[in-house]
Amino acid sequence: MDYVKKMAFYLLVVVIVVISIFPFYYAVITSFKSGTALFRVDYLPTQFDWGNYTAVLTSRNFPRSIVNSVFIATTTVLFALFLAVTASYALARVRFRGRALLLMTILAVSMFPQIAVLAGLFELVRFLGIYNTPWAMILSYTIFTLPFTVWVLTTFMRDLPMEIEEAAIMDGATPWVIITKVFMPLLWPALVTTGLLAFIGAWNEFLFALTFTASEAQRTVPVAIALLSGASEFETPWGTIMAASVIVTVPLVLLVLIFQRKIVAGLTAGGVKG
Amino acid sequence: MSLPEDSVVRDRSLAQQRARSAFWFLAPMLVALLIVAAWPLMRTIYFSFTNTSLTNLYGGEWIGFDNYLSYRQLSSGRVIWRGTLVDPAWWNAVWNTVKFSVISVSLETFFGLIVALVLNAEFKGRGFVRAAILIPWAIPTIVSARMWGWMLNDQFGIINDMMLRLGLIEQKIAWTANIETAMIAVIVVDVWKTTPFMALLCLAGLQMIPRDIYEAAKLDGVNPIKTFFRVTLPLVKPALMVAVIFRMLDALRIFDLVYVLTPNSAATKTMSVISRENLIDFDKFAYGSAQSTLLFAMIAIFVSAYIWLGKVDLSGGGRK
Repeated sequence: MDYVKKMAFYLLVVVIVVISIFPFYYAVITSFKSGTALFRVDYLPTQFDWGNYTAVLTSRNFPRSIVNSVFIATTTVLFALFLAVTASYALARVRFRGRALLLMTILAVSMFPQIAVLAGLFELVRFLGIYNTPWAMILSYTIFTLPFTVWVLTTFMRDLPMEIEEAAIMDGATPWVIITKVFMPLLWPALVTTGLLAFIGAWNEFLFALTFTASEAQRTVPVAIALLSGASEFETPWGTIMAASVIVTVPLVLLVLIFQRKIVAGLTAGGVKG
Repeated sequence: MSLPEDSVVRDRSLAQQRARSAFWFLAPMLVALLIVAAWPLMRTIYFSFTNTSLTNLYGGEWIGFDNYLSYRQLSSGRVIWRGTLVDPAWWNAVWNTVKFSVISVSLETFFGLIVALVLNAEFKGRGFVRAAILIPWAIPTIVSARMWGWMLNDQFGIINDMMLRLGLIEQKIAWTANIETAMIAVIVVDVWKTTPFMALLCLAGLQMIPRDIYEAAKLDGVNPIKTFFRVTLPLVKPALMVAVIFRMLDALRIFDLVYVLTPNSAATKTMSVISRENLIDFDKFAYGSAQSTLLFAMIAIFVSAYIWLGKVDLSGGGRK
């Protein structure tokens, strides 16, 4: 009886793992196929052809899209972290009236449907003259990266011991010094985690990137992949699409696997606790 | 000797100084949020009461509720209703969104709980399984839409091949193109992608339950199923409620997956998709604004009701 139970349990484990990994595995083996082999269903790798990868990486605009995405996501994250560190210090360590209400408002912003601000942002982006530039994305991504980073950093900062801060105050440190000299070294793990999660969010964003870009050269990676098409409507270049997909996914998967413990902690700090 | 008094005064001025600096530390973030959230939202709502068009952003005139609902009486006495509230395409999108959200979030909660229970047990290779389930979560939505689009391909898709081999279907199905199966395809991909998130949140809830409760239950000879429904589920419920609302909010505003996996399918078009179509593609900027305002209002009402009825504590940690 115990043996049967154990078997059933491990069977369940195997099913979970296979379902999780299979689509990515299948994309990888498809990306190495060329010609007619693409249109034959194979469960195991049969070909090892780099053709799709060279096609994608030497194409006119895809490398440019990668550069765009890296620049946009990095700038957005640095900007959000800078604003969030100071703000979360105030929210976590200083008592003032309306603090709870402010935290709820910030949480409410992260629940905004993006489409509800699209029309207004479109006007703003046009007004600022940044339509079809990376700055349109950097500006608009703030709407979801900032509330998230503020919220998670506030939960992390609340956990830092009061004594450290008191000692610093006794030594005559100003709040700015406390943040940069005392808290920052302790907050590095939290900053890496929130930064990484915000980076993933900005890297994957689609709606704003689709709406605020007009030329192929300005596209981000998700838009480029979504709009990759063949010579005609009936000819989808699946091999190239899968190669492009693998290229943008592998770095993310590696990052996630390396930082998995921290990411789980960050997700649950952003989710369950608040 | 006025030392104690001195320190009281110093404490008070210190507190004041801290409160002042708190304001300056918050100001940049608040300004940023006003610019990217509050102002655009207000403009969207304003646009919904005008006849603004994409090509003439500043030439719109106030037309009241006409984008929502208006009527005109013809000379024959017949009344014609117009506006998004009598637009069948809008109500179709509302129905699609609700159907998608309810079904996919229920499935994600169910599977997420199962995966969390598995990960909560101690077994060899647990770390590997946790890493494996993070992969769907790490893959960008657009990429997963493309991967599954390929797997669900009618002619060359591996899903059709598997199902034919297993004898589950008689002939190949055009999953994403068929009216009957398009929604199923979208739900399957969404469940695959977001169950890990649900599982991690459930797992965090499970790990907060003290182990000795289970030992006590075991000693009393309570069977495992009863333990699950009487002990585990009630204790994990608060975490579950928060996870469900986060997922529900994401599901109600879904755009990218639907847009890429089933383009232009009336069977899956959601509120976000149809709003953007009107805003940008069809040059009905104001009409699209009205639809996105409605979506915002629906989500706001839903969240308030959920928090109020479910007594969900979002304020966090209880360490105020």
